[in-house]
Amino acid sequence: MIHGREQVIFEYSRPGRGAFGQWPGGEGDVGDIPEALRRRSRPLLPEVSELEAVRHFTRLSQLNFSIDTHFYPLGSCTMKYNPKACNQYAMLPEFLGRHPLAPESQGQGFLACMFELQEMLKEVTGMRGISLTPMAGAQGEFAGVAMIRAYHRARGDLARNEIIVPEAAHGTNPATATMCGCVVREIPVDAEGDVDLEALEAVVGPNTAGIMLTNPSTLGVFERKIEAVARIVHGAGGLLYYDGANLNAILGKVRPGDMGFDVIHMNLHKTFSTPHGGGGPGAGAVGVGERLLPFLPIPIVGRDAGREAAVYRWLTERDLPQSIGRLSAFMGNAGVLLRAYVYMRMLGRDGMSRVGEYATLNANYVLARLRELGYEIAYPSRRASHEFIVTLRREARELDISAMDVAKRLLDYGFHAPTTYFPLLVPECLLIEPTETESKQTLDRFVAAMAAILEEARQQPDMVKSAPHTMPVRRLDDVRAAKQLDLTWKGTA
Amino acid sequence: MPFIPHTPEDVAEMLATIGAKSIDELFEEIPASLRVRGLPGIPEALSEMEIGRLMSDRARQDGRPLCFLGAGAYEHHIPSAVWALTTRGEFYSAYTPYQAEASQGTLQLIYEYQTMIASLTGMQVSNASLYDGGSAVAEAALMAARAHRRSKSMRVLVPRSVHPFYRKAAVATAGNQGMRFEELGYERETGKVDRAALAAFAGEDVTALVIQQPNFFGTLEDVDDLTDWAHAHGALVIAVVNPTSLALLKPPGEWGTQGADIVVGDGQPLGVPLSSGGPYFGFMTTRMEYVRSMPGRIVGRTVDAGGKEGFTLTLQAREQHIRRGKATSNICTNQGLLMTAATIYLSLMGPTGLARVASVSHQRTQELVSALTRIKGVRAAFSAPRFHEAVVQFDRPVAPVLRELEQQGVLGGLDLADHYPELGPALLVCATETKTSADIERYAALLGETLRRAQAA
Repeated sequence: MIHGREQVIFEYSRPGRGAFGQWPGGEGDVGDIPEALRRRSRPLLPEVSELEAVRHFTRLSQLNFSIDTHFYPLGSCTMKYNPKACNQYAMLPEFLGRHPLAPESQGQGFLACMFELQEMLKEVTGMRGISLTPMAGAQGEFAGVAMIRAYHRARGDLARNEIIVPEAAHGTNPATATMCGCVVREIPVDAEGDVDLEALEAVVGPNTAGIMLTNPSTLGVFERKIEAVARIVHGAGGLLYYDGANLNAILGKVRPGDMGFDVIHMNLHKTFSTPHGGGGPGAGAVGVGERLLPFLPIPIVGRDAGREAAVYRWLTERDLPQSIGRLSAFMGNAGVLLRAYVYMRMLGRDGMSRVGEYATLNANYVLARLRELGYEIAYPSRRASHEFIVTLRREARELDISAMDVAKRLLDYGFHAPTTYFPLLVPECLLIEPTETESKQTLDRFVAAMAAILEEARQQPDMVKSAPHTMPVRRLDDVRAAKQLDLTWKGTA
Repeated sequence: MPFIPHTPEDVAEMLATIGAKSIDELFEEIPASLRVRGLPGIPEALSEMEIGRLMSDRARQDGRPLCFLGAGAYEHHIPSAVWALTTRGEFYSAYTPYQAEASQGTLQLIYEYQTMIASLTGMQVSNASLYDGGSAVAEAALMAARAHRRSKSMRVLVPRSVHPFYRKAAVATAGNQGMRFEELGYERETGKVDRAALAAFAGEDVTALVIQQPNFFGTLEDVDDLTDWAHAHGALVIAVVNPTSLALLKPPGEWGTQGADIVVGDGQPLGVPLSSGGPYFGFMTTRMEYVRSMPGRIVGRTVDAGGKEGFTLTLQAREQHIRRGKATSNICTNQGLLMTAATIYLSLMGPTGLARVASVSHQRTQELVSALTRIKGVRAAFSAPRFHEAVVQFDRPVAPVLRELEQQGVLGGLDLADHYPELGPALLVCATETKTSADIERYAALLGETLRRAQAA
């Protein structure tokens, strides 16, 4: 990591400079475009040499934490290693050069990968059909809830517009329900982190469209009453939605389809190791049970068994007239899907189950070590899934040290902060998810850092409260950022 | 064990610390009846060497035909530096920049991107990307309904000449919230929005008018007049644009007397490979007054505790992780890595290079249209000026002709039979700066031959 300020790229800019070797030779004739439709002002784009651009963006990259450089115990985000092979083989020139509207005959290799990916995802989730088109988890959620609505409508069951969401849910769950034109009904969880069945019984009824659940939940524990939840919601005529954010915890151990879920989205950029890219692209494939098959978003890859070899083709509205439709211009994040395909083939049958096993082992190990240090575990009576919650309410009360302070101080020790202040119902919380790709030695170093920070909090609390001290910047003034909006560069003042 | 570093000794020590006898014991809280024993449908693991062979074989099977398809995805030259930098682990494997102090690189890059895309579109503010052009149109319609407080109709006018897949994505995404999209026809002679169809909405409550420039046919719309009409009739203007074209064409911020209100499009032409349709990224820019109605992440420049300049996510009160059910959108993960590639691409191209890409692409398309329309039985469909894409009509069905070309390794364009049956046999074609005169001659010669054979038969 570097520490100096890197100039904004426009500060390198000089009129007449450029990466000339990248430009087409000469200018094209545009005499036929009417003057009134043409641009008169030059856009503010940098005029820099190729070397200046390469250095600038390399330096910017060096101001980041990343999986390749740092451990991210980031709960609910599954920041595991992104194997280089996935990137390499998704970026073969033929795959990169394939136009989305190229004929199926010029895509049998690509389509075969997509078809097999659909089949593998069916197997690991226990669902009956898969659509790969959603471009992120939130869009997969949208597709899921839209399918639930379409299902009820197709049955003439028009009153069902309520989506039940536990209070610990990801923010995308209620936001998605709203985007689908539904009303959100939040229900509490009990002291041990399971859904409050009485509250659920009280809220279900003829208006229930469905329930959105993460299992293991965002509290880091398995929802033990899942079969009862399924019975109650199905009994009331609603459907069950599985938020796949925590699928990594149970991969190869238990399947959402077997738990009674009717629809699921998967975050391929979590469970199946495609890169987070500093905020995307993700991929939010959806899976459905029997009842929702006709409503899957298009396109889907189908296979026609031919006499000689199978022929892969796109399934569209013609094949699925009740589909909720098209969520992207083409087929979603195809390149991300190729990466997930390579990853799943490299894990194979046995490797798939090991994901859930070692993710759970790592989480329970860190939990045990932090408990020994005196950190308070939010759900001490429960077995951790692939993640768990530490609450710093005592440190906040006694030492005036917040979860944010500990998170920021961890950066100084070379660890990305865990997820903080989520879920919202646990005060001063850190949600910690180590993932299966971290070694015991890395986990031990993390625990050592947590021990050192606890000691600092007692001996020299200012050190923790004013952290980080070794990052390119110290804590940023977010209030000023929101009040004095500076969203584009306007020249050196 | 692929990607799992644990030695047997590690596992034994860890289980001892936990106080469990086996890893299996850690799953004791899952009801036994739900546990799966094995996944027979998953194939055995492949080594990197084996998967490499498989993927290379499959890629080779797909080949590298000479491609004259456009329709929202354009083959442009991508400098080597773009993806060499974008796939650096520090960009590629970083998380969303919530921890600002450990993410200054990504945050500053987004700020630079916002500056470039806002200037290119002639608007004041940009977000940090949406999924793609199609979903961006849906988000723009929903944003217009929030931003335009006087309009209650949730009614958006969308010309039939807007990308058909964008229209479908908009309906699928925004239709659930009561958004209504109403179609406007186009003039058969020019390919431009039918003004008579538009005039029929005068006096009605319309939330927004969508204007795509160039439209799906490549035809240039009278954007000034359309924008002024919309504003005179109380509607906002959603511009859908090709970012490469903006090096040459009037930016939406300067359309008509007031400029467009929301600008969206697909950023794919800016350094993003075709890759079967994604990942691409959607861009969105707007006026400062609507910034709080905008979905997606936004980066601002501020100072740290020591007064040093730094960058952070801002205006997060609009977003799902804070506002939950009342957020502007459910969007969370967006297309950060593609936005990264585009920022590097724009830095290497600069204003001059991008204008050259645009003008040379346009000239190539003009050459292509001239070459194709010299063939007997082929004519240009529309009379209005265009940018770097065009519709040509045949005297016989397009599909069999395209299949013949395909056999020769040429993708001749998009058959419009499904989307625009009213045009008869029609083909949407595009040539960018990547096509040489020889490529264009090859295509024209093959098409001429194919059509001659068909006409003789």
